[in-house]
Amino acid sequence: MDVSGGIPLEHVIWFAITLFLIGVVGILIRRNVIFILLSLELMMNAAAVVFIAAGAFHDQADGQVMFMFILALAAAEVAVALGLVVQLSRRFKTLDIDAASEMTG
Amino acid sequence: MLYWLFLASCGIAIASALMAITRLNASHALIYLVITLLSLAVIFFLLGAPFAAALQIVIYAGAIVVLFLFVVMMLNLGRRSVERERQWLLPGIWVIPSILAGALFVILGIALIGAENQAMIDGEMIGPRRVGAALVGPYVLAVELAGVLLLAGLVGAYHLGRRYLDERRES
Repeated sequence: MDVSGGIPLEHVIWFAITLFLIGVVGILIRRNVIFILLSLELMMNAAAVVFIAAGAFHDQADGQVMFMFILALAAAEVAVALGLVVQLSRRFKTLDIDAASEMTG
Repeated sequence: MLYWLFLASCGIAIASALMAITRLNASHALIYLVITLLSLAVIFFLLGAPFAAALQIVIYAGAIVVLFLFVVMMLNLGRRSVERERQWLLPGIWVIPSILAGALFVILGIALIGAENQAMIDGEMIGPRRVGAALVGPYVLAVELAGVLLLAGLVGAYHLGRRYLDERRES
């Protein structure tokens, strides 16, 4: 494959899929809330890579605009989620996500 | 040249992401996450998005991960938490999630290969000027909504972070 002209869009998407799936596996295997949030960040970044790549491919600024919205979303999400982590550790004295499963309908 | 730099950053990003989700110590995992985010910033730069690369470093690696680190330090996780983490992260717990993720990878891969697309990204820069013009032009409403979202996050974080929430519960 001739790669002298730049980066093939397909390879960027392969990379983003891999990163996203690493995030999925991270969420599934960990029980610590902090690691689950960390995996969420990885997944959000994978989505951001696809946005930037699509924006670069079409030579439009919209991809980067979407990246900025992802950034704002991540900031808001992390602020609230870390507040929840602090409350979880204060009330249950653990970071195990299963400890907070007492809300059974 | 562009492509080989891209491949190298991809390798670093994936390797450090794998390290990040398998560490026992939360602060080590966060440092690996920083490496992932920095190599993603390199990838953004190579894709022709210098402003996004700068924001990735300043806001993601500089603010969001530091917030994580503050919380990890505040919770004061020591050697005890590493031991507990070792009990939670059983050997072989990753097998079924990895099989599922592998299946998803194959499905997405089949969809990608079937597309037969030879699209190339030449890495031409789209500078902050164009991004800014788009932000205050067609996307101005979305920017205001993002502001409202951040305000909601602020109020939520303030409410959840208050101490008297559990003092009231104890009394």
